[in-house]
Amino acid sequence: MRQVAIYGKGGIGKSTTTQNMVAALSEAGYKCMIVGCDPKADATRLILNKKAQSTVMDMAREKGTVEDLEIDEVLLTGFKGVRCAESGGPEPGVGCAGRGVITAINFLEENGAYESDTDFVFYDVLGDVVCGGFAMPIREGKAKEIYIVTSGEMMAMYAANNISRGILKYAQSGGVRLGGLICNSRKTDKEFELISELARRLNTRMIHFIPRDNQVQRAELRKMTVIQYSPEHPQADEYRMLAKKVSENKDLVIPTPMSMDELEQLLMDFGVLENEQEAAA
Amino acid sequence: MTRLKILDHNELFLQPEYLEQFERKREFERGPSEEEVRCVAEWTKSEQYRDLNFKRQHIKINPAKACQPLGAVFCASGFEGSMPFVQGAQGCVAYFRSHLNRHFKEPFAAVSTSMTEDAAVFGGLNNMLEGLENAYALYKPKMIAVSTTCMAEVIGDDLNAFIKQARDKGIIPKDLPVPFAHTPSFVGSYITGYDNMLKGILSAITTGKKGEPNGRVNFIMGFDTYTGDYFELKRLMQVMGVRHTLLADVSDIFDSPNTGQYKLYPGGTLLDEAMDSINAKATVALQRYSTLKTMEYIGKEWGQQTAVITPIGIKNTDRFFDSLSKLTGLPVPEEIEDERGRAVDAMIDSHPYVHGKRFALVGDPDLLMGLVSFLMEMGGIPVHIVCTMGDRKFEEDMSALLSESPFGAEGKVYVGKDMWHLRSLMFTEPVDLLIGNSYAKFLWRDTGTPLIRIGFPLFDRHHLHRYPIIGYQGTINLTNWIVNTVLDEMDRKTINTTSFDVIR
Repeated sequence: MRQVAIYGKGGIGKSTTTQNMVAALSEAGYKCMIVGCDPKADATRLILNKKAQSTVMDMAREKGTVEDLEIDEVLLTGFKGVRCAESGGPEPGVGCAGRGVITAINFLEENGAYESDTDFVFYDVLGDVVCGGFAMPIREGKAKEIYIVTSGEMMAMYAANNISRGILKYAQSGGVRLGGLICNSRKTDKEFELISELARRLNTRMIHFIPRDNQVQRAELRKMTVIQYSPEHPQADEYRMLAKKVSENKDLVIPTPMSMDELEQLLMDFGVLENEQEAAA
Repeated sequence: MTRLKILDHNELFLQPEYLEQFERKREFERGPSEEEVRCVAEWTKSEQYRDLNFKRQHIKINPAKACQPLGAVFCASGFEGSMPFVQGAQGCVAYFRSHLNRHFKEPFAAVSTSMTEDAAVFGGLNNMLEGLENAYALYKPKMIAVSTTCMAEVIGDDLNAFIKQARDKGIIPKDLPVPFAHTPSFVGSYITGYDNMLKGILSAITTGKKGEPNGRVNFIMGFDTYTGDYFELKRLMQVMGVRHTLLADVSDIFDSPNTGQYKLYPGGTLLDEAMDSINAKATVALQRYSTLKTMEYIGKEWGQQTAVITPIGIKNTDRFFDSLSKLTGLPVPEEIEDERGRAVDAMIDSHPYVHGKRFALVGDPDLLMGLVSFLMEMGGIPVHIVCTMGDRKFEEDMSALLSESPFGAEGKVYVGKDMWHLRSLMFTEPVDLLIGNSYAKFLWRDTGTPLIRIGFPLFDRHHLHRYPIIGYQGTINLTNWIVNTVLDEMDRKTINTTSFDVIR
């Protein structure tokens, strides 16, 4: 069983990319599971073809305690037998979402959600590793492999670099490694080259470049992955390619995050960011 | 020389100046009149109040339960030179220590990493590093067993990574065993904490120790606060000739001889023996609910035969020796047969006073299973069985046990309920006797039902924990406590009547 965590800036398309990749992996015969680790709980809707599944924390709230939960209530099966769970969490502005993730993953583990014949478990984690709770998926004994979803936009790259810093911390103490960057294209200038270079600086590689295509949006509106909605569409093949690359990836590294200055220099080198004199002028 | 007369508080607060002060305080706070208080107190005894009480959702009143890390530090102390170490705030650890002090009347050592507000924001890594460094330098432990409190758990401190860093930085020696367990106080209870810590310790110290079978049997007592039980088990195994290792042996920690010299580490399971426990023939646990994960781990990872039997009462103790005899191929010696005979004799002597008596019980799941089985052997009728830390599985197990005997027909199990619920039950469906810990004395006060103190904690009576409750000897002790409570009550009730008799 390979356990994989997906991180990246909020809104970059982690959940969409993960679900499409998982759909492709399942299509290829792998047994997969997705664990959504985000209070927004939208990491499984395209696989389950429904608005939102009931989360571990929703059910706990309803029943008063996690101990009264049944695994079948929170672990649902969707497209091609993919098993889905969502941690969920508190309402915005109250409580502790990080603890929700810890509680949910403990619950899944203790109740045998991780069947031994599962090939892949994907953790779809909220924007950034903001506290100990969101590092839960990459603790010892869980995900050893991380992919960061990014794009050529500066803040997405900034986030990718930041996340690498978090990974570095855990890589030194545990066995967690960076598997690569997934570029979810926003059609920014020199995006392919820029992210390839960013990956190189982070001591990894851009494992796949997903072109921007409206078909993803069309499928999403129907609560489906592209793989399910239009298996013949070229975009579906992009996700199949990503799935193949991830499943064959053996190149797992300890990242080498950059300083803020180095990152800005990189953007200037690519002419994306003007240097200060030019900017002032 | 003049002697200063100091009144103890039993008398002090009855002095006129205090009585006057209490009255003024009541006036100032505009408290309800004594008549009103009496009225409401009376109403709390009614059926109507009982129904409302059982609908209560958002508060627990006098629950028979305490939190995970208490069980973890208790377990952690039961190994040679082992220092219980808690990643969390000082106040929590002070509470665990005083709780154990008050029960055993014995000093108890455990340390905390003194987490404060900044640790809550920045994570507890620095506290862990400094804590380990200090604990190792000051107390020279052979093992540091780490557990956690709520705070470390809410912020998601990763113990495994922290301890690894401490080793990499050379803060603690590479070969010092530092097992750990995540023990959030807001999940489960001390039986969960005991289980998590024991599994943590065993898995850490037996890594890479798999070797030649040593032919021994491991024993695990579970969260058993009767030091007498530990001594009793060791004696019985010696009598039977069973080569054994008693894991998490806290007997010397909580019942250490007073020689005038304080020992920080007065005993515990030898580390070499504990490390070799992976090579034993079998592991036998004397409690089920406090060893669930540990026993699953031992069965699966060590591939050992496992058995779980709580030898409380005749039937359970018989089963215990039968299984042990099968496991080891050793016969049950005559000495133990004789002990059985004595216990049965004691029960026969006393059973007329216990037969048909109705009981309310409150306590830990394993203890309750043992006591209910024993009571039914004596013809006692368990009526209300309250287990605050019980779960659905326990409810099923207890119901199954009750259905084994006609004396169990009236018995009803209440899991997750507290002693305020039990109070309602005892007013609306009265019983003859109550079994519980020291906190059950409020039920004795309110309902007048005689309390037999069995369980944890026992703060208000001394030395009870020194007597075993397991085995045939334990059966005699239980019989003793129960029947003599009945007889004391009988004397109290017949005082100044023709039935006030010398012979009972």
